[in-house]
Amino acid sequence: MAGVRIEGLAKAYGDHRVHTGLDLEVVPGQCFTLLGPSGCGKTVLMRLIAGFEAVDAGRILIGERVVADGASGVHVPPDERGIGMVFQDYAVWPHMTVFDNVAYPLRIGRVAAAELAERTRAAVEQVGLAGLEARLPSQLSGGQQQRVALARALVSRPELLLLDEPLNNLDANLREEMRFEIKALQERLGITVLYVTHDQEIALAIADRMAVMDASGRPRQSGTPAELFDRPADDFVFRFLGIANFLEVRRVDGSLRLADGRTPWAGPAPDRPGDRLAVGFRPGDVVASRGGEGLPGVVRRASFLGAQVDYLVEVAGTTIRAAVDSGRAFREGRVLAEGEDCRLAFLGVQWFDAGVLDAGAA
Amino acid sequence: MSAAAPRFGTAQVLFGLAVGILVIFVAVPVLLIFFNAFWVNGAFNVADVLKVLRQKDTYEALLNSLVLASGVTVTGTIVGTFFAWLVTRTDLPFKGAMKVLFLVPFMLPSFIGALAWKMLLSPRSGYINRFFQEVLGFDGPVFDIYTYGGIIGVETMYLFPFVFIQVCGALERMDPTLEESARISGADLFTITRRITIPLVLPSILSGALLIMLYSMAHFGTVAVLGIEAGIYNIPTLIYEKIHQSAGSFDSIRTGTVLATVLVVTAAFILWLQNRVLSRGRYQIIAGKSFRPTELKLRGLRYPLLAFCLAYIAFTIVLPTVTIFLVGGLKTYGLPLAAENFTWGNYRHILFEWQLTRDAIWNSITLGLAAALITMFAGVIISYVIVKMKVRGKGILEFLGMLPFSVPGSVIALGVILAWSGKFGVNLYNTVWIILVAYIARYMAFSLKANSAALEQVHDSLVEAARASGATMWQALRDVVVPLVRPGMLAAFFLIFLPALRELTVSVLLYGPTSRTIGVAIYTLNEDGETVYSAALAGIALVIIVTGEVVIKRFFKTASGS
Repeated sequence: MAGVRIEGLAKAYGDHRVHTGLDLEVVPGQCFTLLGPSGCGKTVLMRLIAGFEAVDAGRILIGERVVADGASGVHVPPDERGIGMVFQDYAVWPHMTVFDNVAYPLRIGRVAAAELAERTRAAVEQVGLAGLEARLPSQLSGGQQQRVALARALVSRPELLLLDEPLNNLDANLREEMRFEIKALQERLGITVLYVTHDQEIALAIADRMAVMDASGRPRQSGTPAELFDRPADDFVFRFLGIANFLEVRRVDGSLRLADGRTPWAGPAPDRPGDRLAVGFRPGDVVASRGGEGLPGVVRRASFLGAQVDYLVEVAGTTIRAAVDSGRAFREGRVLAEGEDCRLAFLGVQWFDAGVLDAGAA
Repeated sequence: MSAAAPRFGTAQVLFGLAVGILVIFVAVPVLLIFFNAFWVNGAFNVADVLKVLRQKDTYEALLNSLVLASGVTVTGTIVGTFFAWLVTRTDLPFKGAMKVLFLVPFMLPSFIGALAWKMLLSPRSGYINRFFQEVLGFDGPVFDIYTYGGIIGVETMYLFPFVFIQVCGALERMDPTLEESARISGADLFTITRRITIPLVLPSILSGALLIMLYSMAHFGTVAVLGIEAGIYNIPTLIYEKIHQSAGSFDSIRTGTVLATVLVVTAAFILWLQNRVLSRGRYQIIAGKSFRPTELKLRGLRYPLLAFCLAYIAFTIVLPTVTIFLVGGLKTYGLPLAAENFTWGNYRHILFEWQLTRDAIWNSITLGLAAALITMFAGVIISYVIVKMKVRGKGILEFLGMLPFSVPGSVIALGVILAWSGKFGVNLYNTVWIILVAYIARYMAFSLKANSAALEQVHDSLVEAARASGATMWQALRDVVVPLVRPGMLAAFFLIFLPALRELTVSVLLYGPTSRTIGVAIYTLNEDGETVYSAALAGIALVIIVTGEVVIKRFFKTASGS
């Protein structure tokens, strides 16, 4: 079991700087998720850790061992880094059977035949493919191929498992199922996992700790999923982890008003000074009801999505999204129609400087 | 700058090897040609080049190459497009079998065909001419094969499949909804053909036509067999004439290099044009799957057209082939084709008694095997570096990798003469080794094509997965890359071995007393008037070639079936 430490890492392709002075730490035995938009350099980072790319500057340590160091020119090749890796496109070798695919790392490691067979069998079983050992990848579904890749990455009991968007090519149901399985495997085997994805749902579900990277490769915040979701460090993290609503709030003569300068803000008080602020909240943080206290709004669109009703509500010239649990809405007779006036109450909000309003709806 | 010190590892070895092979085998010979053409007595000299080009035989050869290539391109394109349309878009009977038959000329060496046509249609002794005079009572010879028309006709028979294959492919892949939607819009079949079908397959037609042009420009055999008699020389035959007659004098080498330069430039231009045509046409025929296109009902013309196709095949494939075997069995050339004049003696003599022909067969087979093996391995290394590796200086390699595609055979031959005749310490002249070196350069393009296609199918992550599994670069290559590109390597092997068996253009410029190839032996025997032996050897060559093709087709079918 080994953690990963990245210190001052820099990597550029020609003039394109992917990383400059990146620091990151993955605690041994944890599942660490790196979440970021596509093109933010998270795959590059993964490849740098795996050793497929060389660092320009900075150090990468796996456990206590320096595997890459820009200053001294150390570059341990991928095969000597003791890692397991699962690729986005599975990368299962089409000319080898399931058994041969999974057994390959052991063959390379010159594990004795009996032990090799036993460990391969165990790894195949671990990912639920027992009985399919003799199949070729072309005879497997996408999900099964991904399991082969996972078994292959785990069979040599690596200190560190790297997962590069391994669930991207799977359909939604399978993705959810595999997500839990990967998490369960990681906990059972107690290995360190670094999981890279742009899918916030997977990231939140699987991570012990996670980091959110912005498009330029800078980590904006790291912590537990709950911390990041509940206390985002900035609007980027806030936006990235789910649907984000923003309203402008002004201090006018000591009272708080919305952008139109008239409607009074009726929610939690700001946590910061300033004449112009932005309040952010998620659709689920909004309670929309007919009449009563709260911010007045008009329902512009109501979409029944099954478990939830999704409202588009116009508040003081800005439209926001509000989601209401269908069951409760039905029971309490709070299903709103398009064009209906409503009142909005807030369960929780985040305060930001007004500048985030100009950043545009991401 | 990168602080990680570049290690001298596998990547560098492969890169060095790839560059080395291409430079030594391809770049140096070609550069030596340019150097010799433009560099006189240590100075750059264009005036002299122009002087060479103004000589009568030189510019006549250039003109001839152009006229012949244009003629063959036009007729070959018409024939190829017509037959392609017939076997893909009409209800012609036995279409599948006809399609296979139309590809047969690809297997047959065109100079052997030329030889057969000479035996049939030469004004003095051609069997058909004699038949017309002796049986039908014509006064003089009716046909003369030693003409531009004759040469163009014979080359067309063997080159039209270039267009045929391309157009068949395009017509088969073309999404029929493109035509159907035109039909729904109210267009009749003629309008659809004119406005939809032809524009859509035009890139394929043009690309095939340019391939014919490229091939014909640089083609030696047919023009050598049929043209020299009437004083018709093209660039490759004039190079041959110059090199052979004056036994390597400086002037003849210079003329040769100037001609070769013209040939390289033309070939490069044609290839560039073809690339442009193909890249512009790429989007037009999008569907990769095979559809069943709407077929034109030929109605009353079905069987007449089938008869026409069969007659064409009988006339262009069966007749010349039969002629070769019959003449090869004659006791003396010129005797009537009657039972009492036939003997197995020629074949026996060639196969078991005559050192010259036995050497030739042995040389061709060993040269073919050696060239195919070496080029296959070299090609896979070079393709790997070009397709898969990220190394500095890869641009140079990509350029070098393009070179073999645009260097015609006679140019390669001339280049290796300049490079390997002792000027640089190694003298291979008059040995089989110089032919081997030339073959490697000549067939590198085939190997690069087959191997890069196979390598492009091997996704990078497959190799990286092996590295992450603990495999070194070599182990990953051995366990993942090589098994996956093996079909491409095999294809490269046969793509080289089979043409090498019947090669003439290169070896005719390089052969020595003991290093004749089958092609050279057939050609020189014919030149020396040993027509029956020449035909007998050609017959044996045909048997070897066709057997090879059939065995390999069968082999690939079972390999891809499993």
